[in-house]
Amino acid sequence: MHGIYRKTPSQDEQEASALKAIELRDLQSQFLHLHHNKIYTKEALETSAKLLEVNPEHYTGWNYRKLAVQHFLNHQSETEADSESIQSVLNEELKVVENALKKNFKSYGAWYHRKWVLSKGHSSTDNELRLLVKFQKLDSRNFNAWNYRRFITMLKKISDEEELQYTTDMIYDNFSNYSAWHNRSVLLSHLFEKRGERQSHKESVLEEEFEFVRNALFTDPDDQSGWFYHLWLLDQTVKLEPFLLSSWPPHGSSRSVDYLDGRNLFPSMHSLSKDRMFPLVLYFSEPVEGVNSSTVTIECEYYANEDVIWRPLSANKFGFSQVWFTYLNLPDEVHSLKDCHVKVFVAQFPDIVSSSGFSCSQTSHIVFSLCVPSHDREHAEGQTVPRFSWKDKEFYSHATQSHDASLLRSLHQLKIAEESKSKAASDWSMKIISNEIAHCRELLSSTNCKIGKLTLARLLMAQNKLISYGIPNDGIEVHYEEILGLYHDLMKLDPVHICCYEDESSLVLLKQVTSSMESILRYCYQYGDSTSPRMYPCLCLRLNGLSLSQIGSVERLLWIQMLDLSHNKIRSIEGLEALQLLSCLNLSNNKICSFTALEPLRSLKSLKVLNISYNEIGAHAVNTRRYLCSSPMTHTVENDWNFKEFTNSGVKLTNHWDVFFIFRDLNLIQLDIMGNAVVNDQLKSFLFKLMPSLKWLDGENRN
Amino acid sequence: MSVCAGGFGGNIGHDPHLLYTLSAIQVLALFDKIEVLDIEKVSNYIAGLQNEDGSFSGDMWGEVDTRFSYIAICSLALLHQLDKINVEKAVKYILSCQNLDGGFGCTPGAESHAGQIFCCVGALAITGSLHHVDEDLLGWWLCERQVKSGGLNGRPEKLPDVCYSWWVLSSLIMIDRVHWIDKEKLVKFILDCQDKENGGISDRPDDAVDVFHTYFGVAGLSLLEYPGLKAIDPAYALPVDVINRIFLGN
Repeated sequence: MHGIYRKTPSQDEQEASALKAIELRDLQSQFLHLHHNKIYTKEALETSAKLLEVNPEHYTGWNYRKLAVQHFLNHQSETEADSESIQSVLNEELKVVENALKKNFKSYGAWYHRKWVLSKGHSSTDNELRLLVKFQKLDSRNFNAWNYRRFITMLKKISDEEELQYTTDMIYDNFSNYSAWHNRSVLLSHLFEKRGERQSHKESVLEEEFEFVRNALFTDPDDQSGWFYHLWLLDQTVKLEPFLLSSWPPHGSSRSVDYLDGRNLFPSMHSLSKDRMFPLVLYFSEPVEGVNSSTVTIECEYYANEDVIWRPLSANKFGFSQVWFTYLNLPDEVHSLKDCHVKVFVAQFPDIVSSSGFSCSQTSHIVFSLCVPSHDREHAEGQTVPRFSWKDKEFYSHATQSHDASLLRSLHQLKIAEESKSKAASDWSMKIISNEIAHCRELLSSTNCKIGKLTLARLLMAQNKLISYGIPNDGIEVHYEEILGLYHDLMKLDPVHICCYEDESSLVLLKQVTSSMESILRYCYQYGDSTSPRMYPCLCLRLNGLSLSQIGSVERLLWIQMLDLSHNKIRSIEGLEALQLLSCLNLSNNKICSFTALEPLRSLKSLKVLNISYNEIGAHAVNTRRYLCSSPMTHTVENDWNFKEFTNSGVKLTNHWDVFFIFRDLNLIQLDIMGNAVVNDQLKSFLFKLMPSLKWLDGENRN
Repeated sequence: MSVCAGGFGGNIGHDPHLLYTLSAIQVLALFDKIEVLDIEKVSNYIAGLQNEDGSFSGDMWGEVDTRFSYIAICSLALLHQLDKINVEKAVKYILSCQNLDGGFGCTPGAESHAGQIFCCVGALAITGSLHHVDEDLLGWWLCERQVKSGGLNGRPEKLPDVCYSWWVLSSLIMIDRVHWIDKEKLVKFILDCQDKENGGISDRPDDAVDVFHTYFGVAGLSLLEYPGLKAIDPAYALPVDVINRIFLGN
């Protein structure tokens, strides 16, 4: 119980407490009798007032008082509207509320009753403001009071500017007032919205705010309030127009058609359909909506633009997504002698919009050509599919195969359309970020403040992002090592939050790895010997053993067909859904805790080989990805599961609904799941039933 | 105690209110006795409290708070009657209460508070709308609730309290950021709040125990996978086997 010390009550105390309880129950039953019989005499009202003074949480008591007031007002309107007696009745209500608040300053019922009374329009709002100032001096963090203040200022039509001044006063009074900072951010947001497109005004206000919060941060760097506000200011500073970051296929490429059913890698595999579908992926700088066949047009001899349906690859905000894709079908007439030229025009109209409301005003165009390989029609049925191995010896470092044309062709894909970079962002943002970095460094030179270090890391990453967008930066270079070093310090300084820093670190590491062709090359390996007749030589990105805990942005990795992420600390594979060409994925020896965590794989139509062995599936009673995934509990799946076909394998839906949901749309050839607590023979036979294409499960052949 | 309106009050003779209606439904769900309800009547009572802007009033007197959005959504989901309300508008209202620090308040513009965050995140989770939440931003705000003692507070610069082991923890679990706090330290804090002589758990060590904090302490320990406890669902606040029965049973 808040504020009550634990001690065994003495005999006297127990007796007194029992007496009090009897009195209270008596009072309550008296009151209920009056309430049910709709008795609103003076004495009755006094009883209710007494009850609410003792127990402001008795919500029925507040209801009764409202009924009494209504009863009185109705009676009044039958005679003359006597404003004085109405006033006195309502004042009485305000008094009862004040007494109740004295007992419990946080009583929702009391505050709401006051609001209800004020809404009647007969009471003095000036009084209320005076009262609020008094209350807020006693407790500046009481959010009921702040909410009530918002209600009164709206009634009195007090301007946002005036209220802004009030928060300034409160903050000068005490920097550690998160509530005041919060209100400030709300008021400023309103003001920004009202002023509309006057960017220069917004810029000068933000500069002032950075200076204002700097006082607080330098005065008491360990108080969190200022730092959270600073984070919001930073977010406002880097709000930019969205633009196209990368695409698959990339601009200027000439590609062999990469079939979605992985025909390149497994030419002997019988295809499930005669369609020749290939993916077209657009990766934007931030989540956007409005991508459709009007805003993105495709010109191709064999394809009608109107038939194209663009879909978001990860539902982010209201159908906003960073990655949009479509599948193009090549009709049968297209055969190996003809190249198919495709032109894609993105953002013909400014209807592609980010969730911050900025629209993509820059048009990009992507031109590539597809050629259909001549072996296209040969798929021998029933040939044995060899088992894919992730062992080190199957991979050859690129250095030994540097002459390989296909390798170089693949790496060529890393170039991002130059024209995308130019006008999307502002010099002002860069100036502010650089300033803030300098101030942060200054602060950190005299104090070892944890949030200060975290803020510096975030500022450096924001600066890095702006640099990658092509904003002139006076030759400042990105120092990933410094940022990673800051996170390393933070893990030591604040071990309680070590996993938070690991997660943020992973994103930085991945950005570092993909920052240039040279750095990506270091992690590229060729699978299989080029002399091997069965498989095409294929490039694999090996990111194993890097302590990665999550994936993040993959805009430079859209070409990947094989990915090794084993021996990391991965818990979530969000981001992988953009890799539409992915055929072989190794996630073994990570920290995947449930099948639901694999939901992003459902978008990967090319996926054939999956290794999730030695994870933690089935080892935890708590599923932390359940609500981030579609399921019956989140009302996002139809309950039309043809589960009955599989029930005779002894598997209960309640235990394995997630297996059913994840694997029923996958067409894996090979799956490795050993080393997870959930694995047993029942599950294995269920998986064979669920995926008719599955040939290898944990090394065992289906036959 | 159902009143003719269809809702439940806190005790016999008390007026109906959404708060107690959810509690009644949850208790019945625990015992697999939802069928004793007049489901049509109760759902209509709840749905009737939705306002034009998508928000929910707690009762006929019109107090609006995102707590009531959660209650309405959770109740109707358990009764399989979610389509009686305008879910899209309900979600839109909740999102209008999303703050710039990633958290949620009781009404638009209100300060982020762990209790409100649980309600909003829970409601978004149940309606499959969690993608509207910035998991990293909110996750960071939530994990910063863990103070040196290992306990969790409800807002910046406030004291830790065992009940936040539920509000903050369940929110972190729903957005998959629970690994951002030190679970062992929190377990220790909760266990330190026990009254080892007379039983029960209090808000902080050496305070008087009460049923409220005992529930939240135990539920928090369950979320932390403390051995011997049944798993509890973070969105519906009911045991996972109850939820599975309700949503996956025939």
